[in-house]
Amino acid sequence: MDKIIADLVDQPDSPSAMRSEADLILTRAKWASEIFRGYDRERTQAIVQAVAQAAFEKAQEYAEWAVRETGFGVVEHKRFKAEASSRGLVEYYRDHDFVNPRVDHERMIVEIPRPAGVVFALAPATNPIATVYFKILSALMTRNAIVFSAHPASRECCNHATRLLAEVAERAGAPDGVIQAIDEPTIPLIDEFMRSDKTSVILATGGMAMVRAAYSSSNPALGVGPGNGPIVVDDTGDCKKTARYLVDSKSFDNGILCTADSIAIVYRSIAKQLRIEMERVGAYFCKEDEISLLREFMFGAGSLNVKGVVGRDAPLIARDAGIRVPLRTRILVAPIKKIGIDEPLSKEKLSPVLAWFVAAGKSEAFTQARATLRMTGAGHSAAIHSSDPQTVLDYATSVEAYRVIANTALSQGASGLTTNLAPTMTVGTGFFGRSSVGENVGPMHLVHWTRIAYAKDASIDISSFDGKQLKFSGPLASAPSDGVPGEDSGSRAAPPAEPRAPVSPGNRRQAGKGRPVEEHTEVDLRSEIRRLIAEELRRNRGE
Amino acid sequence: MSAEKQDFLQRSKEFWNPGKTQAWQDMEVDLVIDRREGYYLYDMDGNRYIDVHLNGGTYNLGHRNPELVEVIRRGMERFDMGNHHFPSLARTALAEELAKCTPGDLQYTIYASGGGEAIDIAIKTARSAMQKRKIVSLVKAYHGHTGLAVKTGDARFSVPFLSQDIEHEFIQVPFNDLNAMEDALRKRDVAAVLLETIPATYGFPMPHVGYLPGVKALCERYDALYIADEVQTGLMRTGAMWGITRYGVEPDILVTGKGISGGMYPIACTVVSPRCAGWLTKDGFGHMSTMGGAELGCLVALKVLEICQRPEVASIVHYTASYLRKGLDEIRAMYPDFFTGIRQHGVIMGLEFTPPEGAKIAMKHLYRNGIWAIFSTLDPKVLQFKPGILATEFLAEEILSRAEVAIGAAAAEALGHDGGGRRVAA
Repeated sequence: MDKIIADLVDQPDSPSAMRSEADLILTRAKWASEIFRGYDRERTQAIVQAVAQAAFEKAQEYAEWAVRETGFGVVEHKRFKAEASSRGLVEYYRDHDFVNPRVDHERMIVEIPRPAGVVFALAPATNPIATVYFKILSALMTRNAIVFSAHPASRECCNHATRLLAEVAERAGAPDGVIQAIDEPTIPLIDEFMRSDKTSVILATGGMAMVRAAYSSSNPALGVGPGNGPIVVDDTGDCKKTARYLVDSKSFDNGILCTADSIAIVYRSIAKQLRIEMERVGAYFCKEDEISLLREFMFGAGSLNVKGVVGRDAPLIARDAGIRVPLRTRILVAPIKKIGIDEPLSKEKLSPVLAWFVAAGKSEAFTQARATLRMTGAGHSAAIHSSDPQTVLDYATSVEAYRVIANTALSQGASGLTTNLAPTMTVGTGFFGRSSVGENVGPMHLVHWTRIAYAKDASIDISSFDGKQLKFSGPLASAPSDGVPGEDSGSRAAPPAEPRAPVSPGNRRQAGKGRPVEEHTEVDLRSEIRRLIAEELRRNRGE
Repeated sequence: MSAEKQDFLQRSKEFWNPGKTQAWQDMEVDLVIDRREGYYLYDMDGNRYIDVHLNGGTYNLGHRNPELVEVIRRGMERFDMGNHHFPSLARTALAEELAKCTPGDLQYTIYASGGGEAIDIAIKTARSAMQKRKIVSLVKAYHGHTGLAVKTGDARFSVPFLSQDIEHEFIQVPFNDLNAMEDALRKRDVAAVLLETIPATYGFPMPHVGYLPGVKALCERYDALYIADEVQTGLMRTGAMWGITRYGVEPDILVTGKGISGGMYPIACTVVSPRCAGWLTKDGFGHMSTMGGAELGCLVALKVLEICQRPEVASIVHYTASYLRKGLDEIRAMYPDFFTGIRQHGVIMGLEFTPPEGAKIAMKHLYRNGIWAIFSTLDPKVLQFKPGILATEFLAEEILSRAEVAIGAAAAEALGHDGGGRRVAA
């Protein structure tokens, strides 16, 4: 086709073309969600299991791909997050039923889960695969359709993973189009998706601009802001352990998670000892002139040097900044004298660089921790290392964070990987962070409940609802194509049987492999996850 | 009805078409379409109707589809209809795309301004290629109103104008009857068989398994060409780009119209294989059409083809077809004495009712309930039910919720009692 004609027909820049592209994808998603919401729990779980399994198996491959494509992070850590966000996530929610009704006998209320419909999800370049896994599985558990928009820098691996999981889901019986990816997301196109009345909820993880756009779209949004976690270390803890947690946490995926530590705020009385312990496990403390070099390299251009520092290995950052460090260096520590906009190193760094602030005592430590989050990262995460519960409580009351991780690694702890918080790749920053959700986002946020209520003094037997089944319509039977061999119904008297065999544990198949999904017992899976985490932490400590 | 509308209808009778204007009033369909958007029509009194007539698929992609509007708006800044004598960027671009997306070796596109003219072109091309005159079509066929097309169709449209075939060049055989077809072809004096893949105006009777491939095989045996009239079955309405490919037939000539230019700028296309295209080489001036393939129409058609081939569309058609079928089956189970059958391929649907003019009763009650669907002119017991290929679940559910009430009322009128109406437990 000649260019004159192609330009007139394609019109990639035209708002109406973009609106239509979004509308078509969302129309398909809406259809899928309409059918999916009629699935029973067994059918839903079969799909969830198949997708989680396929995702888990591909964790290594996609972790490598993500690092290759974006240049961010550490393969083994990305793999760990991806595994935790696939089988780990499903395991965590194993006993949550988002499909069947629940009866509250006490209050005479019956609750019926109602899926959101179409979830529009964004994935950041810093954490692409785990986010894709997490959001897709959260949507599937709650019988929602999901449309993914990858960050341009991680588009190829994200879209590949999204399409693979879509295929697996459909093969396991999910409605066609239940998972879709946008080929080439652009800002105006994403805007059309966010503003469409066919989008039920936006699950935004990413830059501040994107999150604000989600909230400005007129659609419900679960948007989460940036982090900038302060870690207070008082004088009551075990310096050796604290040192390990700090270095493990800061070096995890090279500090790329929004839950990563930003500034260690340590009591003067233990600063020296803690520093020695940290140096033992791979921290390099920059000297005065090196701090200037690092500041210039990281923030010299006025904002964070994304290409130069985000998710890169500490020795590489040091080299490019002009600092000589031992090759085994896992994190760079930059002692700073103040916290605020006039000290760039106190901002979010998304890299294995930790700022270090020595505080006179409790009061100064707490005010500086508050100052950190009031600058950036409000509502996100903070940590404290202290053996005094009152100190922990006072800190958690003071600091504007909805997660305060005590005596363990902040980065992995806040996202629920090593704590009992809900495992997530979307950390709610709540009212402090101008978000509608303050806890770790999960499948429970993608479903609302219809509540049947009786008068307080009604004399009804609410237990008669126990064991009552919802009418699940299941997959949609295909309409006949009269006259086409094999698809013709003649004068069909009754609606045909469901096209797919009902899923029972016996014929659950692992997508594409032809062998049955391993039937793990709960204990098996929990211990496997514990093992993975322990192994990961050991590796981090260099044991 | 508003005074304005009454006054307007009077003028419509005076200056436009008194018979047709009155006939609609007699059928209690007083539609005067004002604005239109997506699959909704608004009449001049502001009443809203869901369009499941779509003018035979013309509005497949919705009324005033925004992408098509944009193409034509930008196109007008550079082009107009063009000069039909000269090689044209737009006409050739569309011909290239049609060659890519049509079955078999179909290659050249000859342009018309409407479906009838495109059928005439197909017949002339077949006669020229085969050097034979006879054309076989179906009893109750409809292919348009132009000189040759009208002769292939039902007498209802030719006899009043003294335009029926009197030279025995146009033979009509019953649908789904391969023996009759073979009898018509046996003498090898037929240039072409012309078939709508699913005859629309006859109420979408469905081809039996093997019928269309059987006709194609007979054409090959008896040296006749196969002309597929894909005006109402093409452009994804069956869930595939062309209905004919769903039946495994590769035609020698394919005709597309109506929806091809999205209802925005009229063109129709006759796509032919090299075997039939002799006259284009020997005498390219042999057929002319000033407005045929008007360039603005070609631009829109290119966009229509592009949209139709997006992966989401097949999925949406499948959902719409299956969802509506499920709901209509449930309604049918409520009124088994009135609503007796559903003919279906994709979003091409014919709803059968028992009374000889049952579709007119259903049409009236659907209209009262905000749905516009038309009866089949040549079989008025069948209602044409043709939702668009970009329908949403929201629209489909609304169609069903309105149809349930309307068909109940129609059954009550037709059968003189409540006609049933109890939902059969699932």
